[in-house]
Amino acid sequence: MEQTAPGDNALISVRQLSFSRGNKKIFNNVSLDIERGKITAIMGPSGTGKTTLLKLIAGQLYPDSGVITVDGLNVHQLRRAELYNLRKRMGMLFQSGALLTDMSVYDNVAFPLREHTHLPESMIRTLVLMKLEAVGLRGARHLMPNELSGGMARRIALARAIALDPMMILYDEPFTGQDPISMGVLVHLIKALNSTLGLTSIIVSHDVHETSLIADTIYVISEGRIVDHGTPEAMRQSSSPWIQQFMTGAADGPVPFHYPAKDYLDDLLPTGKRY
Amino acid sequence: MRRPGPALLSWVEPRFFLLLTLSGLFSVVLRPRLLLNQLYSVGVLSFLIIFISGLFVGMVLGLQGYYILSDFGAEETLGLMVAASLVRELGPVVSALLFAGRAGSALTAEIGLMKATEQLSGMEMMAVDPIKRIIAPRLLAGLLSMPLLAGVFSTIGIIGGLLVGSGMLGVDDGAYWAQMQAKLDFYDDIVNGFIKSVVFGFVASWIALFEGYDAIPTSEGVSRATTRTVVNSAFSILGLDFILTALMFGDS
Amino acid sequence: MQHSNTQDTLVGLFVAAGIAGLFFLSLKASNLSSITQKDSFMVSARFENSDGLKVKSAVSAAGVKVGQVASIELDPTTYQSVVTMAIDAKYNNLPDDTTASIFTAGLLGEKYVNLEPGGSDTYLANNSAIDITQPAIILEKVIGQFLFKAAEEKK
Repeated sequence: MEQTAPGDNALISVRQLSFSRGNKKIFNNVSLDIERGKITAIMGPSGTGKTTLLKLIAGQLYPDSGVITVDGLNVHQLRRAELYNLRKRMGMLFQSGALLTDMSVYDNVAFPLREHTHLPESMIRTLVLMKLEAVGLRGARHLMPNELSGGMARRIALARAIALDPMMILYDEPFTGQDPISMGVLVHLIKALNSTLGLTSIIVSHDVHETSLIADTIYVISEGRIVDHGTPEAMRQSSSPWIQQFMTGAADGPVPFHYPAKDYLDDLLPTGKRY
Repeated sequence: MRRPGPALLSWVEPRFFLLLTLSGLFSVVLRPRLLLNQLYSVGVLSFLIIFISGLFVGMVLGLQGYYILSDFGAEETLGLMVAASLVRELGPVVSALLFAGRAGSALTAEIGLMKATEQLSGMEMMAVDPIKRIIAPRLLAGLLSMPLLAGVFSTIGIIGGLLVGSGMLGVDDGAYWAQMQAKLDFYDDIVNGFIKSVVFGFVASWIALFEGYDAIPTSEGVSRATTRTVVNSAFSILGLDFILTALMFGDS
Repeated sequence: MQHSNTQDTLVGLFVAAGIAGLFFLSLKASNLSSITQKDSFMVSARFENSDGLKVKSAVSAAGVKVGQVASIELDPTTYQSVVTMAIDAKYNNLPDDTTASIFTAGLLGEKYVNLEPGGSDTYLANNSAIDITQPAIILEKVIGQFLFKAAEEKK
């Protein structure tokens, strides 16, 4: 499954990526392609560096080795201004929403427009209201971020991410810690935005069910490697017992329920005594 | 210029934090609105504590000074004593310490929380440089506010000393002003005190901003960074005060 | 970005208060007003000894401050102290036979130059010199002489 040539339709291609933090290898020779106009999910257990992958793609972190190209540009060879230009075409939805707490919802969504364009305020208003309408929160424009629920904050952040009409959006754990209704709303929004705006979406998540509903392709990462990839259906049918355990959420399997420890009976008995 | 590799960058950034911030100051000039907002939260919000502390410090100086000077029959020089100690030392130093406690800790907590809640990271993702957009206006606001606050502190202190000296203890208010004007020198005392307050304002804001930017992005990390801001600022202000005093008032 | 008018007003008031404070310190609490506004003319005087006198020491006549010491230098040939004083321009009617003496304010106070006007009809002008001078009294010398005399008388 090591691909060498980028797929014809790949917006992002990752080749032989290695990254380590301290002595811990987060990625070991990972290669993957993300297709234009599709929703690609990167899944895996917590702590496997899924968010790190997003930061590498966005150029916030530097790999030890390997190449990441976005729309034909090698992210880590760009000058600072070029990287910033590329980022204007990327939206990123952080887990916490990352709304600026000292501004209202309206000003948050207007923030990238005011920073990067010289549009008159009337046009900014129109754009902001359009983006807010797209996420269904036009009525919440006067609220401050601390008055929003977690799900609303994420939707506002989504409106802000699409403010500059990017070509792609990176979602960092969009479903974590949401109630079922917010979750359903976000699933619907990601799908709808992807098709109506012609975006390319990358979802990093460990919520198997919600992600399977909308993803076109799923990559499963564990221990620094890509274990398998394919459509959600293919993943459910996977012959790998590890993937089976991950997709069904079974408590025990190839990933043991117990943290490695010495023999249970030995541990319970007082040391040095044997009955 | 290619961007440097990861190891180099993580080494470079904290060390060149100041340099990056200073280069960001130019962009602040183009956006006075950012500066104005920060002048409010750094300057205006510190005004009350500076005003009240200045008043009390001046009143205590008036009282203590009177007790000591009256032993020598030199109550007339009370104004000089109060004004000289305020303008040369207490004005810049105490207002800088209060500034570090009030505005510095608030800056660290604000920046640290922005980091912990991924706001800085999010800004970078929106192709907005947080050093230019967030850090630089705050540094400039601190730099501008500190001399103004120190000026208010000393002025209020001198008036506080007059209230006690002339109002309660019966020192002639004409003598209070005359001794002050005769012996305080504009260049040696006022300008040097002003320079001190500019230096302290710069150092206190810089430490506060750096600690916030460098904080470990957790609640514990932010609270520790806030403590470090106050401790490090106090050390730096008092240490620098000694050096500046030795340089300025050494020979005269 | 909150565009709040009260906030802007408060920032304005804060800046105004700060600047007012700095002005107050400069003008009311220090000698800035006396340094800058006055025109002055230079008068020099030679003293045998100007011990304790400093640049910016006061120059007064009949207890009124009329100027300050601008420079103190040693004459390389006569080994006298040349004291140049800046006298305020409005005191342009000091006679040219004025006596300059170095006095001490109080027993241990600062040294200052005292001018005792004479009776001449011509006045001191810029770069003129005072001829009659009386040097600083050095306390140690006076005490020394006194002790010496006392010892002589005992013999």
